[in-house]
Amino acid sequence: MSDTVTKTLDLKGLACPMPIAKTAQAIRDLQPGDLIEALATDPGSVPDFNAWCTNTGNELVEQTEEAGVFRFLIRKA
Amino acid sequence: MTTDTAEAKTTDDLGELTAALHAHEAESAKHKKLVILAWSGDLDKIWPTFILATTGAAMGMQTTIFFTFWGLFPLVKNDVRVTGDNWMQKMMSVMNRGGTDHLGLSKMNFAGAGPAMMKKLAEEHHVASPQELLEVARDLGVTLIPCQMTMDLLGLTREDLIDGLAEPAGATTALAEAQEAVTLFI
Repeated sequence: MSDTVTKTLDLKGLACPMPIAKTAQAIRDLQPGDLIEALATDPGSVPDFNAWCTNTGNELVEQTEEAGVFRFLIRKA
Repeated sequence: MTTDTAEAKTTDDLGELTAALHAHEAESAKHKKLVILAWSGDLDKIWPTFILATTGAAMGMQTTIFFTFWGLFPLVKNDVRVTGDNWMQKMMSVMNRGGTDHLGLSKMNFAGAGPAMMKKLAEEHHVASPQELLEVARDLGVTLIPCQMTMDLLGLTREDLIDGLAEPAGATTALAEAQEAVTLFI
């Protein structure tokens, strides 16, 4: 299992449901265990990424916020 | 009760719990389906329909939208003007132009000024348009089924509608798909 980020998604400025939809589109190309980093500015993405990970089985490894940008580090199930 | 039987009982309980958990998981998996019956062609109803369908597919739900009555008009190609065979169907398409670019609001439509303002607000807030959502929905594998009966009733042919749709079907197909699914009528 690698600790390097395979893919970074810039979802800044996008509103619901695009941050999740684009993450779901992008994660299809990755291998199980790969890390994907998603950067979003929609405050609704915080509960949404948590709910999405719980529902899909992908692991939300880390969740941080810096200057209004939410960063989600997700490991593909 | 001896220690042995107590232990055996704990193991039994654990087995039962595990079985119950697996049954629950299987039950949850059965509900990982979303079926939306899209009846309205209003911009402010088809928009959440596409938002929910896109999200459902993104969450790994097997997602289907069944388009019926006014809900069919958003599927008309944007460059198709008049549809229908007879004057009634033609008049309906003139009064109620199809295509994602020509949808009205269910309230505060103001002869098209309302939708124009809504689209401007959406752009300012970076909300994806129904057309963008429709494209993402299709990419994520959402099944889009037009209702055959209402297509005939309203005079819409397969050629009037956009590409990438499933074969037109009836209420039975919609309800068969809706078995053990989360269903919404919008």
